[in-house]
Amino acid sequence: MKFPLSWLREYVDLPAATAHEVAEKLTAAGLKLESIESVGDDIKNVVVGEVLSIEELAGFKKPIRYCSVEVGEAAPRWVICGATNFAVGDRVAVALPGAVLPGGFEVGSRKTYGHVSDGMICSARELGIGEDHSGILILPADTHLGADVVELLGLRDDVIELEITPDRGYALSIRGVAREVATAFGVPWRDPADIEPPSFTEESYPASIADPTACDRFVLRSVSGFDPSAETPMWMQVRLARAGMRPVSPAVDVTNYLMIELGQPLHAFDRSRLTGPIVVRRAEPGETLETLDHVVRKLHPEDILITDSSGAISMAGTMGGLNTEIADDSTDLVIEAAHFSATGTARMSRRHNLVSEASRRFERGVDRELPLYASWRAVQMLVAFGGGTADAGVTHAFADVEPPSIVIRADHPDRVAGVAYGRDAVVHRLEQVGCTVVAQGAAGGQDGAEAPSAIPADVLEAPARPDPAELLVVTPPSWRPDLTDPNDLAEEVIRLEGYERLPSVLPAAPAGAGLTEVQRLRRRVGRALAAAGYVETLAYPFISTRDLDDLQLPAGDARRRTVRLANPLSEDEPLMRTTLLPGLLKTLVRNVGRGFVDVALFESGLVYRPEPDAPAKAPVLGVDRRPSEQELATIAAALPRQPLRVGVVLAGEYDRSGWWGEGRPASWADAIEAARVIAREAGVEITIRADRHEPWHPGRCAALYAGETLLGHAGELHPRVVEAYGLPARTCAMELELTVLEAALPGPIQAEPVSAYPVATQDVALVVPAEVPVAEVEAALREGAGALLESVRLFDVYTGSQVGEGKKSLAYTLRFRAADRTLIVEETTAARDAAVALAADRTGARLRTA
Amino acid sequence: MSNTYDPVEVTPLHADEVARMEAEAVAAIDAAADLDELKQVRLAHAGDRSPIALANREIGALPPQARAEAGKRIGGARKAIGEALAARQAVLTAERDERVLVEETVDVTLPWDRRPRGARHPLTTLQERIADAFVAMGYEVAEGPELEGEWFNFDALNIAPDHPARSEHDTFFVGSVDSGMVLRTQTSPVQIRALLSRDLPVYVISPGKVFRTDELDATHTPVFHQVEGLAVDEGLTMAHLKGTLDRFAEVMFGKGISTRFRPNYFPFTEPSAEMDLRCFVCRGASAVPGNPPCRTCKSEGWIEWGGCGMVNPRVLVACGVDPERYSGFAFGMGVERTLMFRNNAEDMRDMVEGDVRFTLPFGMEA
Repeated sequence: MKFPLSWLREYVDLPAATAHEVAEKLTAAGLKLESIESVGDDIKNVVVGEVLSIEELAGFKKPIRYCSVEVGEAAPRWVICGATNFAVGDRVAVALPGAVLPGGFEVGSRKTYGHVSDGMICSARELGIGEDHSGILILPADTHLGADVVELLGLRDDVIELEITPDRGYALSIRGVAREVATAFGVPWRDPADIEPPSFTEESYPASIADPTACDRFVLRSVSGFDPSAETPMWMQVRLARAGMRPVSPAVDVTNYLMIELGQPLHAFDRSRLTGPIVVRRAEPGETLETLDHVVRKLHPEDILITDSSGAISMAGTMGGLNTEIADDSTDLVIEAAHFSATGTARMSRRHNLVSEASRRFERGVDRELPLYASWRAVQMLVAFGGGTADAGVTHAFADVEPPSIVIRADHPDRVAGVAYGRDAVVHRLEQVGCTVVAQGAAGGQDGAEAPSAIPADVLEAPARPDPAELLVVTPPSWRPDLTDPNDLAEEVIRLEGYERLPSVLPAAPAGAGLTEVQRLRRRVGRALAAAGYVETLAYPFISTRDLDDLQLPAGDARRRTVRLANPLSEDEPLMRTTLLPGLLKTLVRNVGRGFVDVALFESGLVYRPEPDAPAKAPVLGVDRRPSEQELATIAAALPRQPLRVGVVLAGEYDRSGWWGEGRPASWADAIEAARVIAREAGVEITIRADRHEPWHPGRCAALYAGETLLGHAGELHPRVVEAYGLPARTCAMELELTVLEAALPGPIQAEPVSAYPVATQDVALVVPAEVPVAEVEAALREGAGALLESVRLFDVYTGSQVGEGKKSLAYTLRFRAADRTLIVEETTAARDAAVALAADRTGARLRTA
Repeated sequence: MSNTYDPVEVTPLHADEVARMEAEAVAAIDAAADLDELKQVRLAHAGDRSPIALANREIGALPPQARAEAGKRIGGARKAIGEALAARQAVLTAERDERVLVEETVDVTLPWDRRPRGARHPLTTLQERIADAFVAMGYEVAEGPELEGEWFNFDALNIAPDHPARSEHDTFFVGSVDSGMVLRTQTSPVQIRALLSRDLPVYVISPGKVFRTDELDATHTPVFHQVEGLAVDEGLTMAHLKGTLDRFAEVMFGKGISTRFRPNYFPFTEPSAEMDLRCFVCRGASAVPGNPPCRTCKSEGWIEWGGCGMVNPRVLVACGVDPERYSGFAFGMGVERTLMFRNNAEDMRDMVEGDVRFTLPFGMEA
């Protein structure tokens, strides 16, 4: 909100502080500076003039006037003007040659439309006071000729814009901020609401509150015989403009002005358009109201309405109705000042997507004591500006509300802050905020309901040594409905004493256990993949149905069961990902498009997998106690499973070509190896089985297993997927569920004794049918070779005429070693033969003879 | 022990025979053209099976009175061979150093990027770095789901349904707006999960992904990262919060870098504060008029870093923690924002697009 410094100064005896100093102190008190705008400094040489004559020039595309203007000099000035809203005798603002207008625009004497224009007659916008450019700014008739317009209108000002947090509704007003400024500078101030309206016994207009939960105070005052042609005084227009509001008409401007000054939203009705008594109530089924913005709104039974015999006339504290709006000819006005329920207005504003200056204030909390005073000031201002008379009488409907009080230990702020402020400082600060503070027990006479003090009376009477556990009964002022809890009061004390007073003390946290095994694994996985050449990406988890189609997922694939967002950023991507691949593939395409054709990417992130029978809603539990485990389980049941996955995609060359020779394109084998890289970090051995699983190439797709548990898939992508995403040919990918792998973590690695005996090596070449998976042959060799086997390594795969059609030859090196002796040839040969025999038995392998 | 001697077997020990062996050896040594040949010659003429070594074994077969003389003869020959080897070795080594190594010179400036290394995303490693600073202070890393119950994300954090703060969160709703499920708008729900699942006292740090319905531009992204900290213990005060964040600032940005608190409002903390970091580049100097400007803190001397405060007792109550006995503090900061000022990353889009040119320079740790 924007606060003109001059407006604050009207109520605060501010020393000669700059706007920056004021803003700095307010920021330290919790009203954060957004910006400071110095206005009016740049306007020079604009004076008050009187229009002496007007000559209408013909022959131009638009009306042009050639005017003489008396500006208090020896002779009148002759000026060209394109506006027509003024007449001879009007007083206007004249920029003389050499004048400077906002933005550094210089006015000179220049020839235009066949005449020399010796200056310029200004509009409000040209003077930097609002947006009105529809015509010339007409000044009051009694304005002194030749007077400096900047001085006259108070155009020079500093406007401080503050960010007001949602708890501090009172600070959405000059009144609230003036109080903070006075406290921050330790200077006196005057409360603009501190006035004494006359007391009336009669009503101004009949009104009642039907639902006290919707409205607990409703005040009406009225003005008769108001001059609808009256104008808002310039000083008020300037202030409104500085505060960011557009001046409209006296009735609207006065209500806006007082809302800014006091924080009390006001509404003006045209009395002649009201029928019958006013009732504040909730909406009835099917009720509608056309609001000021010409929208017909269907009302909700919880909406709070101002109604008369004709039905709804206003949405309380949100927006008025069109029918009872004051018009250009309204002479009898009814001013409403009320206190509406904060949650009621908040819900109404949310329901109708209707945020107004009034609703913003009501939902943040308005001073419930203000309506009588704010309405009286409105009436006085209207009478002053537009004549008419303030009608005798005031309507004051209200429900009694007990002001809440909070009991705190006198040292509660000290215990929250870790600073010894002492009782006196605590009481002083709370009183500065506007609270009444009494020691519990001492307040016993007030309503007799206080609990007996736990402290002996003589301690209370000995202020020299106050008991830190002394209890204080604190009653927050009516403008601070946000103060409800002991910690709210502690914050007031601590912020006014200054956050900079807080000492810096490092607490002694208990010894922690460090990262968990799973957390360590996740970091290792990231490092290992990066070391293997993959670059980490963090794609948005939003996908589309088209992604699921592009991945060639069949109907009924579990990954098609998705979570949908109610309000996605883009209607194109309303689903939460069930696989990491769409994000990775699009990122790969983006990199290729930017000229990086050899790309290897990885992402580690959650996927969202709703259970088919999960409830559609998660209950919103109470907050007055810890929910039971059953209650928490009802939330858990509605949430989708969110396992952590790791995916890689790669295309182009994995080993680069260079001066050393040809490189090697990324292949299905690299994708599978990425899974092994991850599994190795987990200390888990994965087994590979051929599989058919979208989006992979049916002949180049590996299923990745830890024991019998499926972890994921890897291989080359299906050509249809490559085409759908516009990927480089033979793009490869791997995706596995880290959450599953984590469950298989084997614990600490067990050390093996290192044998000092020599190794014995045996090579074998086995011929197997081409379709036999190599992994099965190797598994058989390992098992058959027995305990003496140290390692098996496949060093050649051969297919061709020498082994025959439909066959392949696999050449292995078997290394044997014993822990306790040097092996003799007979032992290793026997082990090798056993290995080959089992491979023959399991896979049909036969020893290849040269 | 044998007392019989076979005169035939001792022929190799004759003086002329030993001299011949020595001469042959020396000739072969001198003829060795390079170090490899010399190695072969050493094996042939000085190795275990060389003539001179075999002759040496025969000494034992001589009558005792002849042994000394034969031993002396053989010893002399072996010494001469050894010296010839050493001499030739020196010559050939010098020659190799002079010529061969020069001939073998390569251009060591040739590139060798056959398999370039990848990189981890700086947002990931920065989260780890922040977490580590707290793990060193005894904290543990806590986690929670990204698609979260509304109760965890709002209600339990004292953000009531009609609270203005709730609508300021620009929330993604899951399924329907009244499903009770949202994409978490902050990492704060992990506070609730930590308090519900862990024994007191609780000291946890929780980095993670959060979501708001902001369009992507240079300074906004709908998916971003926060790090949340929570401590609940007996007797914790705002002074402890300040001490913790000051220590953290030092660990991250160096000695002497501290924090500043300004009052702010968060429903789940009371009192609440905005946390500013002393600019680690100019150390506040740029805020003094007349000093050179600083682009890291925009010459303000301080950098807005995050929010913090004392855990609102209402939050403790919702988690079944007795606020009369326990108090706590919580804090949070944006990881993207930290990357922006710490690593001078200027555009949010670079962080989310996955362009390898952005990520590669960060390597294994930002």
